[in-house]
Amino acid sequence: MTLTGAQILWEALVREGVTDVFGYPGGAILPAYDAMLAYPIRHVLVRHEQGAAHMADGFARASGRVGVAIATSGPGATNMVTGIATAMMDSSPIVCITGQVGSRLIGSDAFQETDITGITLPITKHNYLVTGVHDIAPAIREAFAIARAGRPGPVLIDITKDAQQASAEVDWDAAAPRLSEAYDDALPGDGDAHDALALIATAERPLILAGHGIVQAGAERQVRELAERAGIPIAVTLLGIGGVPASHPLNMGMMGMHGEAWVNQAIQEADLLIALGMRFDDRVTGNLKTYAQTARKIHVDIDRAELNKNVRVDVAIARDLRAALDEWLPLITPRDRAGWLARIHALKGDAAVRDIQNLPDDGHLYAAHVINDLWRLTHGDAIVVTDVGQHQMWEAQYYKHDTPRSLITSGGLGTMGFALPAAIGAKIACPDKEVWVVVGDGGFQMTMCELATAVQEQLDINVAIINNGYLGMVRQWQEFFYDKRYAATPISGPDFARLAGSFGIPAAVVKTRAEVAGAVEAARRQKRTAVIDFQVEQEDTVYPMVPAGADLHKMIRRPSPIVETAAD
Amino acid sequence: MLHTFAVYVDNKPGVLNRVASLFRRRAFNIESLTVGHTETDGVSRMTVVVDTDEYGARRLEAHLYKLVPCRRVDNITHAPAIARDLALIKVAATGEARTHVMQLVDVYRARIVDVSPESMVIETTGTEDKIDSLVEVLRPYGVVEMVRTGRVAMARGLVNGRRIAPRTGAGAAASEVNGDISSCSV
Ligand SMILES: Cc1ncc(C[n+]2csc(CCOP(=O)(O)OP(=O)(O)O)c2C)c(N)n1
Ligand SMILES: [Mg+2]
Repeated sequence: MTLTGAQILWEALVREGVTDVFGYPGGAILPAYDAMLAYPIRHVLVRHEQGAAHMADGFARASGRVGVAIATSGPGATNMVTGIATAMMDSSPIVCITGQVGSRLIGSDAFQETDITGITLPITKHNYLVTGVHDIAPAIREAFAIARAGRPGPVLIDITKDAQQASAEVDWDAAAPRLSEAYDDALPGDGDAHDALALIATAERPLILAGHGIVQAGAERQVRELAERAGIPIAVTLLGIGGVPASHPLNMGMMGMHGEAWVNQAIQEADLLIALGMRFDDRVTGNLKTYAQTARKIHVDIDRAELNKNVRVDVAIARDLRAALDEWLPLITPRDRAGWLARIHALKGDAAVRDIQNLPDDGHLYAAHVINDLWRLTHGDAIVVTDVGQHQMWEAQYYKHDTPRSLITSGGLGTMGFALPAAIGAKIACPDKEVWVVVGDGGFQMTMCELATAVQEQLDINVAIINNGYLGMVRQWQEFFYDKRYAATPISGPDFARLAGSFGIPAAVVKTRAEVAGAVEAARRQKRTAVIDFQVEQEDTVYPMVPAGADLHKMIRRPSPIVETAAD
Repeated sequence: MLHTFAVYVDNKPGVLNRVASLFRRRAFNIESLTVGHTETDGVSRMTVVVDTDEYGARRLEAHLYKLVPCRRVDNITHAPAIARDLALIKVAATGEARTHVMQLVDVYRARIVDVSPESMVIETTGTEDKIDSLVEVLRPYGVVEMVRTGRVAMARGLVNGRRIAPRTGAGAAASEVNGDISSCSV
């Protein structure tokens, strides 16, 4: 059967199992839009193409399926760049489709012509400029295969208008992806399981560093079993949260810049680090020269280019994590490491742990309280999508995630404006899940236009604005490192409740601790988008903190023993 | 230290850009990069020389494999290999000097490929060291122009006999609007 390029595009998406796409039309993608209505795919009209890419990303992170974003050429395509870079840094599988000017116009600075394959070359796993109708089906099939394969990530397909308009017969079998066979070859010098097992068997103070790769590989059970059998405590990265239940007795909590003090101390005292699907980002290592000096290191990651990048390791294994652990598990000898666990618990005791719930209500509203209450009131069952800033770190500290894919946050790129659109994507991927946005007053103002998208799509999303009147995280740096000169960090905003009202969204304003539960419960009851403006303490600080580039164990601790972290 | 890679890539639009962009983005410094056809249609071969350590070399190899059009990477730094550079050197030698230059050209087993009243062009092939040294001895006579290809290299013997088949399918989505990279150097 003869189809137009536009029809081939949709047919190919349907064949890839795509049910929802996030996009915005324009001249160069119009032929594709014209053909769309005949296909069983839900199109979500975004308010800004950055939102489309974040929604595709949120969709992918919540479900593990490939998210799809569509935009027109020129400004439509460039608006997606931040979203693509965000997905690249956090290994999120998305496919972005952009229209391009007619092939004969390429290179002529035609109206809305942009070299988007050139622009996105370093922030995609791969991209395509498709100028012929015959190349559309193979490009889409290959793009989905690449987005999912190995370490997942974004792929962009730029399709010229004439390719969308031309017609062709499609041979779907011939369009099957032919990826390079070289992809899986081991390189000389790769470490093997025996070396890793030998180190694990003899270690006295081992620690598992659990990253995003655990969730990506679906190796949650294997990691837990490894920890339980060998008696090894676990520390998680920001994106590793949920990969191991927060309530698991061996899960010590988050590591890194705003990680738990005892976790960072344990890393510095360990004699073996078993890094699983994480990449020793500078936010988790601090000063590399003093990082984990006493520890041997095993690193398993599917991306060989991550091995020996920031930290030199003793055993480097480039492999799918689940496959590697499945091989290890039968060979692990059970060990009791009570002494080491007791040592970490002692460190934890040192850290002046208090249950923040027991703090007297002094009339102030702390963001940490809001988030901890949110955790209790949602029974820890919600998908929480955060933005970037102080509220993000408080979320990581005070919302206890027991299930994978229940925290969605921009880690590697730290993209403000991510939360609301990513939450829309997550809700569309998982319509039966309760979805909460935890966002700062600064980041919310970057992409709040997507409230209209949520309304138009009749989504039930709850938005908790942690409103401190500041670009709080930057203010915190100014407080510590720039003598409290608050240059350009005080930020005003609209009356968020009235703003929500203008979108037809019910809203509440919360100024005291006593009002938190009522507002959260009211938002949960409403089966539609709701906004709560939590007006919190303005100059609150995220503790503990490892200053950028400082030694991991030299954390800035909270001066008064108010809120160190949640004990439970 | 200098590492030499033989990199096989699909000969498609934009591939050179992808490879060069990778080196730039990962802050690797390219000493030289040459590209040309191979024995297989549709497959080009690059010789890339990079200044990095062993860890850097391994990471670079891994990064190259992540480029979809990259088919095979051989680090031939430590393999017995033949490496050659080609240079064209224009010298402004006239009169007496000309005879001296011709003698030097003989000693270096180079060739004179063009002669004009004010200058002559010398062609030479060899290791970079040999060419460097020829350039040095010619310099006093007035080197007015020089072009070098950069290193091309090949391992001796049959180290990796596996042939790379040309690829069809999506990746083959070549368009006439972009040129091919069948031969260029950086
Ligand atoms: C797009 C973007 N611009 C700038 C930054 C730098 N930045 C990191 S956190 C932050 C402040 C965020 O303020 P807000 O959204 O109010 O959250 P808070 O820290 O107050 O919780 C800024 C400006 C960023 N991460 N992303
Ligand atoms: Mg703020």
